[in-house]
Amino acid sequence: MTEKSLATWWEQTHDSLYAKLGGEAAVNAAVDIFYRKVLTDGRISRFFEGVDMDKQAAKQKAFLTMAFGGPHNYTGLDMRRGHAQLVAQGLNDSHFDAVIEDLGATLRELKVPENLIAQVAGIAESTRNDVLGR
Amino acid sequence: MVNITYAKDCFPLGEQLSVLDGLTGRGVPVPFSCRSGACQTCLMRATRGVPPESAQIGLKDSLKLQNYFLACVCHPTEDLEVALPDDEQAALPATVKKLELLNGDIMQVVLESHAPIEYRPGQFINLARDTGLVRAYSIASVPHEDDHIHLHVRRLPNGRVSGWIHEQLRVGQTVEIRGPAGDCFYVPGNPEQGLILIGTGSGLAPLYGIIRDALHHGHSGPIRLFHGSRDRSGLYLVGELNDLVKQYSNFDYVPCLSGEDVPHQYAKGRAHEVALRHVPNLKNWRMYLCGHPEMVKSAKKNAFLAGASMKDIYADAFNVSLSS
Ligand SMILES: Cc1cc2nc3c(=O)[nH]c(=O)nc-3n(C[C@H](O)[C@H](O)[C@H](O)COP(=O)(O)OP(=O)(O)OC[C@H]3O[C@@H](n4cnc5c(N)ncnc54)[C@H](O)[C@@H]3O)c2cc1C
Ligand code: FES
Repeated sequence: MTEKSLATWWEQTHDSLYAKLGGEAAVNAAVDIFYRKVLTDGRISRFFEGVDMDKQAAKQKAFLTMAFGGPHNYTGLDMRRGHAQLVAQGLNDSHFDAVIEDLGATLRELKVPENLIAQVAGIAESTRNDVLGR
Repeated sequence: MVNITYAKDCFPLGEQLSVLDGLTGRGVPVPFSCRSGACQTCLMRATRGVPPESAQIGLKDSLKLQNYFLACVCHPTEDLEVALPDDEQAALPATVKKLELLNGDIMQVVLESHAPIEYRPGQFINLARDTGLVRAYSIASVPHEDDHIHLHVRRLPNGRVSGWIHEQLRVGQTVEIRGPAGDCFYVPGNPEQGLILIGTGSGLAPLYGIIRDALHHGHSGPIRLFHGSRDRSGLYLVGELNDLVKQYSNFDYVPCLSGEDVPHQYAKGRAHEVALRHVPNLKNWRMYLCGHPEMVKSAKKNAFLAGASMKDIYADAFNVSLSS
């Protein structure tokens, strides 16, 4: 292991938010609940009409991994590209807020402590401008 | 833009094009059927470069590691050198042992493969017509009960392969098959979990295999089959399924008719809607959905919203390509 990967490994397995939440197992526990909330949320469900469920679930999982502070490959540019179509269809701050709210409700349902929920929301929040293409 | 190399021919791949589009556009005879990443007919291998993961969904790990990918859903982000899979390795001759109509438009095809073939009931094989057209058909047989491979092929109007099977194929003839493939099958373990199986038309084929496989493995939780059709003439294996109902107290069978005229022993409505009426909360159930793509899509979404976990939903949409 190089020094850098050793450091990342330590961070990911010990002190990181991702580790505190329970790593991949936590993401797996959250993804169904979160995705179900998003699909049935009248404020945003129209953005998910007609999409392929499996592909969408994979994206939800990638998003949660990132929001939990886990290993991910997202860049700001990918975020912009991935959501450009939705922005053209009217995706705006109110929809972004709804997603953050669903995320918080999911974690509360899983009995995650409030201070960790705030950290997760903070990471998700940091993608707002990229997602909304600003 | 990325470059694709096939047999010394190198060309830039247009932005929106899949590798399949790019190759067939240049006259390379890559076989294909569904064009949506479901049937695995368009399997290819990257001999240089790494195909995107999204083009490997559903492939066996052993194939993924060798950089196999599905050309119809492959939109690479780097240059690739590609090849068709080694034919001798993949294709297998099989003799038609029996052809029997199960109802007005579904033909049971019984095939004896010339070499042993290891499959799980519910997986599918790819069957090639003499002209090289290839189509996916699900396996209805179970290895410990049936000697041969059983398929249920529904005749589609002007269907080039299904029509050929119904009208021209003869007992004794040899055909070429490939496979098996697919992950819509019974996984032992968790024998108390409830199983719901929903199929339309010949979508019963994989479900019939999966049900008997689960019963054979001693599955003890409820196993509930909903088979749908417009009218009575579209149902089949009714006697066999009712026999299973008598034999196993945890298995039940609900034939569903979506047409107007519904005699009292049938459920009225589309199979997936009837199923959700019977079991409104699907938390902890395992689901199998096979048949009409629209049914599969809508059943998947509704089952998920009714509490089923994505990892517990197994599905094969019988996608039909309109352009092969
Ligand atoms: C994983 C998987 C498993 C499957 N399992 C089964 C199974 O167990 N049993 C089964 O019966 N099927 C199954 N299928 C479907 C099967 O693979 C074939 O798609 C089906 O048999 C039709 O093939 P065909 O060559 O007869 O029809 P095609 O010649 O491909 O034509 C398909 C249909 O489209 C229509 N069509 C064709 N071209 C056009 C056009 N230009 N415009 C409008 N309409 C057009 C035709 O009239 C026909 O109705 C499965 C599919 C998949 C992906
Ligand atoms: S998987 Fe590519 S044509 Fe079906």
